[in-house]
Amino acid sequence: MPNSLLRNSGATALLLVAVLAPAIAETPEEKGFAVAARADRSDRGFKDSQVEMKMVLRNAAGQESTRTLALNTLEIPDEQVGDKTLIVFDSPADIDGTALLSHAKILDADDQWLFLPALKRIKRISSVNKSGPFVGSEFAFEDFTALELNKYTYRYLREEKCGALTCDVVERKPRYEHSGYTRQVSWTDQKDFQVRKVDFYDRRGDLLKTLEQKNWKRYHDKYWRAHLLAMRNHKTNKSTDLVLGEFTFKAGLRERDFVKNVLKRIR
Amino acid sequence: MPTSRLQRLIPPLRKAILLAALPAVTAFAATAGEVRTSGFVASELRWFPETPQFQGQFSGAEPSLLLNPEFRYRSDDKRTQAVFIPFLRLSARDDTRTHFDLREAYIATRSGDWDVLVGVNKVFWGVAESRHLVNIINQTDAIEDTDEEDKLGQPMVNVGVEKDWGRVDLFVLPGFRERPFPRTQGRLRAGLVVDDDLATFESGAGNAHIDVAARYSHFIGDWDVGVSVFHGLSREPRFLPSADGTRLAPRYDKITQLGLDLQYTIDAWLWKFEGIVREGHDDPFAAMVGGFEYTFFQVADSDADVGVLAEVHLDGRDENRAPPTIFDNDLFVGTRLALNDVDDTQALAGAVIDAEDGSLSFFLEAERRLGDTWKIEAEARLLGNVDDKNTLAPFKRDSFFNLRLSRFF
Repeated sequence: MPNSLLRNSGATALLLVAVLAPAIAETPEEKGFAVAARADRSDRGFKDSQVEMKMVLRNAAGQESTRTLALNTLEIPDEQVGDKTLIVFDSPADIDGTALLSHAKILDADDQWLFLPALKRIKRISSVNKSGPFVGSEFAFEDFTALELNKYTYRYLREEKCGALTCDVVERKPRYEHSGYTRQVSWTDQKDFQVRKVDFYDRRGDLLKTLEQKNWKRYHDKYWRAHLLAMRNHKTNKSTDLVLGEFTFKAGLRERDFVKNVLKRIR
Repeated sequence: MPTSRLQRLIPPLRKAILLAALPAVTAFAATAGEVRTSGFVASELRWFPETPQFQGQFSGAEPSLLLNPEFRYRSDDKRTQAVFIPFLRLSARDDTRTHFDLREAYIATRSGDWDVLVGVNKVFWGVAESRHLVNIINQTDAIEDTDEEDKLGQPMVNVGVEKDWGRVDLFVLPGFRERPFPRTQGRLRAGLVVDDDLATFESGAGNAHIDVAARYSHFIGDWDVGVSVFHGLSREPRFLPSADGTRLAPRYDKITQLGLDLQYTIDAWLWKFEGIVREGHDDPFAAMVGGFEYTFFQVADSDADVGVLAEVHLDGRDENRAPPTIFDNDLFVGTRLALNDVDDTQALAGAVIDAEDGSLSFFLEAERRLGDTWKIEAEARLLGNVDDKNTLAPFKRDSFFNLRLSRFF
């Protein structure tokens, strides 16, 4: 029937518009955010994780120095609030038992407490500077805690081969004050939506460091984790490898396990 | 070896070990877990460049050896812990400083929001850098260093509860620890030697008095707050001349002390305050330390952080009736340097200036790791312009330098 035909074609046209409109109207900023959000949301619901890791620091001459530490993370589902993390050092032996608790914020400075085992003292510390070297390594504190979606603005750059995969290349600029970076460029694959590589540009806008995330493994059929994070500093030729062990998810950690007094009995 | 000093320390320690060992054995039997061994051994050289002020005091350098092993057990479910940390210093020249202490020997367990600790432990309260005013649970190990940061282990039962509105700790403290003092040959003492055998206590039970304490701590946004109360024998003694006037007798009064510590953390600023009100040595008095630490991060495009610190000290005590203090009306200024390098190189330097007579005490502490398991620490404590009426006057020739090399395992 012509009438129904007309109605149908009208509906089809509407449907077409509905499908195409976002693609046509999507700005590079929206597309960049969508890529980052998809990566971020692929990790939703992990609740808590525990992992032990080894940090291998290499200077330009290739001399190595090692640290071992344990990292506990508590997921805070609200995207406007950051996760809670607890880092406990095991080696070098002189910092055994030193522990750092962070309650991450999105745009404000995190709440951070440091435990000094020799004095058994818990110290609230300033966290405005997260871009300095973390325990002498090429990682800055913000490099592994600043992965909250709303900490950045995004811009889609291009699509590019990354190894066997195809990646979305997105530029992100820190929205929070006191970042050590003017911008970062990230490579997120289109298959599993994980960040495979990040270039960090310093306050002058020069390429400072490159992070490559390798040895991926999927837990609980959902949560992807890299088990080698290799950070190379292009200015100093120093590098740090973060080698992560097996993750434990959903161990039932609670907010109560991320309060400052826990620092005293964590070892 | 000065066995007398060691012998005197043994009875309270034996009691403490028994106190800690009993529940520890039960816990070991109940749950499997692992025992971890760590700690350090160190050799130290302390050097006094000036000749001594009093007869009998040694001069020059004093080498010593330190042992501080740590044994930690944790049950598989991580709820129960046992810790054992003995400490020994052997001094080659000053048997004053040769001493043994049980720094920690406890068993702790938790269930839900509650935790209980029984045994010997060290507890730190407070926020300030130049004086630890509210920190009262442990006796100061005054023969280790003059900064009041070395503490004797304190036998205790500590029950804590952690709620959304903060944490409350209750302490019962049996086994009072007397403060150790340098004897005849030691430096950093008064003209008359303090004789522990003459110690008296304002308590029918003598040093067997059971002290009690409580603390509430919490944080609200940028504020960290602690409120504490202590009732028992003062950790600081007064000094009374002996009957024959040749020695000093320590007198431990029974006191009640209220404490408040506050820190406001904003941007690169840490604002700190500690205040106490103490009753028990004659008239009640109040004392405070307050100030700030500001950090310049990554100065001059380097990885180094530089902090500046200033703290004001006020103390209302009557020094004729209350224990003496060097912080009666003083100003502390200091600077902290952290290179943030692979070796964790750090330094803290500062000076305490008496606002009334200009007496000056200066200190520098610097440390760095050597390789993965060694650490070197240098310390200088220098006194200058010391007024003869200042509490520091007996120590005015006791400026010293200290070098420590530690091997951690």
